[in-house]
Amino acid sequence: MFGTRRWTLLAALLTLVSVILASCGAPADTGTTGNTGTTGSPAASTAAATNASPSAAASTAATTSASPSAAAGTTAGSAAAGAGKLEIFSWWTNGGEADGLNAMFEVYKQQNPGVDIVNATVAGGAGTNAKAVLQTRLAGGQPPDSWQVHAGRETLSYVDNLEPLTQFFKEQGFDKVMPQLLLDQLQINGEIYTVPVNIHRSNMLWYNPKVFQDNNLQPPKTMEEFFTAADALKAKNITPLAVGGKDGFEAAHLFESVLLATLGPEDYTKLWTGDATAWADPRVAQAIETMSRMLSYANEDRSAIGWSDAAQRVLDGKAGMTIMGDWAEGYFLSKGAKVNTDFGYAAAPGTDGVFMWLSDSFGLAKGAPHAEAARAWLAVAGSKEGQDAFNPKKGSIPARTDADKSLYDEYLQWSMEQFASNTLAPSATHGAATTNAFQQTWSNSLEVFSSNLDVEELIATLEDAIGDLSQ
Amino acid sequence: MSHANIREFAPSDVARRRRWLTRDRLIALLMLMPSVVAIAVFVYGFIAWTGYISLTAWSGIAPDYTFVGLENYRTIFRSVRFQTDIRNTVVFTLFFLLSNLILGLVLALLVDARVKGEAIFRSIYLFPMAVSFIVTGVAWSWIFTPGNFPSDPTGINLLLDRLGLDALQSAWITDKRVLPEFRPSWARTKLGVPMAMLPVVVAATWQMSGFTMAMYLAGLRGIPEDLREAARVDGASEWQVFRRITLPMLQPVTLSAVIILGHISLKIFDLIMTMTGGGPGNATDVPGVFVYDITFNANKIAQGAAAAIVMLVMVAVLIVPYIVYNARTEVER
Repeated sequence: MFGTRRWTLLAALLTLVSVILASCGAPADTGTTGNTGTTGSPAASTAAATNASPSAAASTAATTSASPSAAAGTTAGSAAAGAGKLEIFSWWTNGGEADGLNAMFEVYKQQNPGVDIVNATVAGGAGTNAKAVLQTRLAGGQPPDSWQVHAGRETLSYVDNLEPLTQFFKEQGFDKVMPQLLLDQLQINGEIYTVPVNIHRSNMLWYNPKVFQDNNLQPPKTMEEFFTAADALKAKNITPLAVGGKDGFEAAHLFESVLLATLGPEDYTKLWTGDATAWADPRVAQAIETMSRMLSYANEDRSAIGWSDAAQRVLDGKAGMTIMGDWAEGYFLSKGAKVNTDFGYAAAPGTDGVFMWLSDSFGLAKGAPHAEAARAWLAVAGSKEGQDAFNPKKGSIPARTDADKSLYDEYLQWSMEQFASNTLAPSATHGAATTNAFQQTWSNSLEVFSSNLDVEELIATLEDAIGDLSQ
Repeated sequence: MSHANIREFAPSDVARRRRWLTRDRLIALLMLMPSVVAIAVFVYGFIAWTGYISLTAWSGIAPDYTFVGLENYRTIFRSVRFQTDIRNTVVFTLFFLLSNLILGLVLALLVDARVKGEAIFRSIYLFPMAVSFIVTGVAWSWIFTPGNFPSDPTGINLLLDRLGLDALQSAWITDKRVLPEFRPSWARTKLGVPMAMLPVVVAATWQMSGFTMAMYLAGLRGIPEDLREAARVDGASEWQVFRRITLPMLQPVTLSAVIILGHISLKIFDLIMTMTGGGPGNATDVPGVFVYDITFNANKIAQGAAAAIVMLVMVAVLIVPYIVYNARTEVER
């Protein structure tokens, strides 16, 4: 009797001790992994330096790093420690985006043999879930080497965690091949922090050519033409403008094109500097009125459908037009539709000659565990070869103006010409001009406006949010 | 030496203490320790941490522990969206509780009526609970997406159209109306029942009413038949038996159901996210979605923490009075 009790007691004690040891052991463990990372990084740096420096020994260092001597050099002797490693964070995990990213990885691997690329991503949509995980890692002081972020002002949220890359741009010659306006709009407090991999266009009108032909309509160039066309379609019981809402950004997306049309690129761009006087412009109220009027021509069930459902309605001829970024083209193509017969494109009404851009980009983490490998990655991401590998698959255009046009389809070629010749304006809804904090209120308040059309409430909410533009 | 001997010879304080800390108790304590520590750290520790964060100025990726008092609470309570969220969560909880309790009780009474194939009915009603709220949300959003009705309806509107019941077509989850709409001077949002919330309540009830039924069924089976028999012998009608005996005997079940369903509905997130995304506007937005959005999309960590604490308080407000009330009635009995 006594004996069994003692055994039970011993077992209980053992359990307790092991639990305590396990919980104490975890941080110690991460400590050693961290060490492996840092001790591993010189090896990684030599490996990554292959293409940058002429040291031919570097590549041998990478290939022989698995040898016993290299392994002995690292404390934990982890297998991955010796070989070069690059941890990036991108939510391109599906379809053309993933194909494009993999193509870019291939370019990187050719130039940096022996470097292992780890994509520590979380799948899903516009990266909301990935952002949450990234944020946790940054707050915990364990950044990936490089991560995906919308180029432009959205990067402000990460400035404390990113290395400035202005000098890097000069070294790589990116500043010579990207439009000056883009370089200006990329700057935060005088520095560029991320390398744009691609360019999407926000102010695009997509229409159904057959519906337009049947009703003798031309794609509207101005707002007046838009409303004339909308009246004609409404009379035929066709939804003039398909608008979504389920993805949370559609109304805001529509509104930024309306704002651009009403204010013009210069004053539109001023709105995002955080200057309250820019918002006092009576044309802002006028743009809200126009938006309200446009919504009266839109489908009533917009809160229940996403942007792709809206695009589908245009494709089906149930709706005449939709205003969406040029990822809509990717959607149309994926449905087997043909440009100019099944869908047509034009700049959003009143914005011809202005290219409202948004861009995905990669930055370099401050204190990146594999900084040299990450720099080599950014060099690939900004290179002609890297961008031409990525963009035709992703369905966007390169941020460089010297790309090989023959690789791109008809719309993208047109878009590349526009990008090179038009005035550029940054998108607010997609982070080129605004911070995360502002975007959230911006998208939500316009989604509310899309539902209740309450002008005063929209203005009041946006006024509250102006301060968010600078944090 | 037996325990009896110790007690006989040393009835001192020391002995009493020793008796309290018997080996059994020591083992029990040691066995409980890991989970106690884990819960203390990972539940209560983080609640306290969230409470602390809600009093700081943390906005952005980097932590900022500047103390700002209740500023974050003021900010969120002043915002139109959070006021709307509070309205929505109150409406949702009330409707969700009522519909579940009533439907659950009705189903339980029907199944309890010793019908043939009782087990089949029980399983059918209980099955939706096995489905995750994500699936429920997606499926019911297809059902309640109205389409471009009346010309091009989808989902339930299409069904109504085929049945010739066009008059019953509605905007469902895209309905913007708030009824009865009124706006006191202190509120920045319209008060009333957001119509788009009702389909969400239907979906949630579809999922959880089977569970409520199971609870009531267990309660019904726990009522001794002789009680009802005695009442019937005394000349009570079936309604009186139900009203005077069954219902009062089910009160503890109702209490448990209210607590379980109540905390589900106050913390609801996945169903709303997949079914409506909070729309139209913020008509079906709830604090859970708000916390996610403001924390991870806007990076306003401190405001997110404040909203999370408000949610915690709401759950406490629902549950604590019930627990106190229950404890009192227990004592009276």
